[in-house]
Amino acid sequence: MSVKKFVVGVFTDELVLFPAVKKVRTAGYKIHDVYTPMPIHGLDHALGLRETSLHTAGFIYGITGTTTAISGIGWIFNSDWPINFGGKSHFDLPAWIPITFELTVLFSAVGMVLTFCYLCQMAPFVRKHHFNLRSTDDQFTMVIECTEKTNETEVIDFLKSVGATGINTQKAETGWWLGRYDKDKTPFEQQGTALV
Amino acid sequence: MALLAYESQVRPGLVDGPKDYHQITEDLVRPIEANPSRLWWIGFLTAVACLIFGIVSVTMQVIYGVGQWNLNRTVGWGWDITNFVWWVGIGHAGTLISAILLLFRQGWRTGVNRAAEAMTIFAVMCAGQFPIWHMGRVWLAFFIMPYPNTRGSLWPNFNSPLLWDVFAISTYFTVSLLFWYSGLLPDLATVRDRAKLKWRKFMYGTLSFGWSGSTKHWQRHEALSLVLAGLSTPLVLSVHTIVSFDFATSVIPGWHTTIFPPYFVAGAIFSGFAMVQTLLLVTRKVLRLEEYITLEHIEVMNKVIVLTGSIVGVAYLTELFIAWYGMNKFENWAFFQNRVNINSPLGWSYYIMMGCNVLSPQIFWFRKMRRNLTVTFFMSIIVNVGMWFERFVIIVTSIYRDYIPSSWSTYYRPSIWEVGFYVGTFGLFFTCYFLFSKFFPVIAIAEIKHILKKSGNVYKDKMGDAERETVEQFAHENAHAH
Repeated sequence: MSVKKFVVGVFTDELVLFPAVKKVRTAGYKIHDVYTPMPIHGLDHALGLRETSLHTAGFIYGITGTTTAISGIGWIFNSDWPINFGGKSHFDLPAWIPITFELTVLFSAVGMVLTFCYLCQMAPFVRKHHFNLRSTDDQFTMVIECTEKTNETEVIDFLKSVGATGINTQKAETGWWLGRYDKDKTPFEQQGTALV
Repeated sequence: MALLAYESQVRPGLVDGPKDYHQITEDLVRPIEANPSRLWWIGFLTAVACLIFGIVSVTMQVIYGVGQWNLNRTVGWGWDITNFVWWVGIGHAGTLISAILLLFRQGWRTGVNRAAEAMTIFAVMCAGQFPIWHMGRVWLAFFIMPYPNTRGSLWPNFNSPLLWDVFAISTYFTVSLLFWYSGLLPDLATVRDRAKLKWRKFMYGTLSFGWSGSTKHWQRHEALSLVLAGLSTPLVLSVHTIVSFDFATSVIPGWHTTIFPPYFVAGAIFSGFAMVQTLLLVTRKVLRLEEYITLEHIEVMNKVIVLTGSIVGVAYLTELFIAWYGMNKFENWAFFQNRVNINSPLGWSYYIMMGCNVLSPQIFWFRKMRRNLTVTFFMSIIVNVGMWFERFVIIVTSIYRDYIPSSWSTYYRPSIWEVGFYVGTFGLFFTCYFLFSKFFPVIAIAEIKHILKKSGNVYKDKMGDAERETVEQFAHENAHAH
């Protein structure tokens, strides 16, 4: 959660983007993120991101649902308010399967979506800095973080050499803040100057 | 081209015309940014009028009680539960397209999944109305929820299929909504980032949850979609299975049939695809999306219709066979006197069902018919009429002439308020669909971009030479392998 300086390179073709990501990483620059209009398979590996554990979270939520259903119904029918249904067993597991299954799915789905929103820091009225508005349209935006050691012009030249079609520098907040997209008062200097 | 998954020339392309990513955005966001057409307004206002009729009908029923409907002894379930099952069934195609076809990696789902999922949600909303208002004293509807209460505490019966229904339908609605909305987030962000008007920036800014398109977010998004698809697949099968349990676990001849679960699921997908066709044929025409919802999409869906229609047909015949073979005279009566006998009071409904569901879809064995828009549209209506009658036949003809002949004289005919309620759910459904088509992208923008370079017709043509070379090379390399 801090304001940092970034060099932003724009690509128009994913076939140029992939080798560029590789070259930029090999050259030792720190890629803050790459923003794309659609999922690009393999880009996460190219960037060296680890696999997401969202599946595991989903599984844990799922078994929570299963246990909730079985223990809930079991407690209700056996100890809280036992009712005799035509002499059938109080622990009537086959009849509980539908509800147990539904609760497993419900817990897993709701839990995963909430976890997804939490991990990606997404919610209504969450405002973030967007480096390039066309990265939800047709452009692929590579953002390189500048540290005190970074030579900015060198990064810009390097990005040019790997095929970026537009390059600029921006100072931006990396986290999120509460705000609205129709009120563009952002707490920092938003746009840098276009350099290419 | 090594990056992009290669797709064989044998598969027809899914996006027509020379498109690039920006053109896709332009085409698919245009309906949202343009003013609604006159056709849209006519459709929307008609839907709202139907909805108002429905509200009046339901109000009458709430004020004067369920007696406003013409349910009688022995027909305790009539139009209401017929409509409930019908609407739930329609919802199923959306989940089939969005979840099952995602797991099977069917590229063609991308053109139609968004609208189909929206249809699922609206259809389940309509379905839910019927059991809720049928309760009569609807202000006590919360009694069906299990919570520690001051009545004992008295719990609902977890062994009852009617309670399973409560869980199944509410879970199905929630999961479908989450699946649909999580898929919408990137597209809403696309609309947000193009927005010029203040209210649009505010609306889509709020709705898109601050989506940025970060690679890590896409990675999680893909994982989420895949797991939600994996969850929805058994879920959708379970929902109509549980709906069929409402009948199958009873002791009514004509209802207590073990074939019901698979037969209901097939019927649900059958009617759902018909409704998808009805909606999309109109949508692609009105919003000019013919290049994204192509004849290929329509043909594939017609294939699903002829398949599921035939499965349903086999189920009908199996039921008849078992009714004869089982030698239970009550079962035999329900099938051969109440249904097959055309001279019985409701015998005609059985033949409408057979004609619409089993016979008429067989014309889709012919490619020319599958690719004919007029025939497809006409058939999509016919199938849904047929599927409504299927539920009517199952529910009403099983109970209107029961064990006591003295109660046979009460012929069941719906009252104006029953019809009004049904019309009202059409109003609800289409009001929601019209609003959806105006304010949300009806085609998944990001997903179309994702398949563009492997399934777009222009791109496929370019890949043609590569394929020929690869095939020749493959043949050459392997000709003398052993």
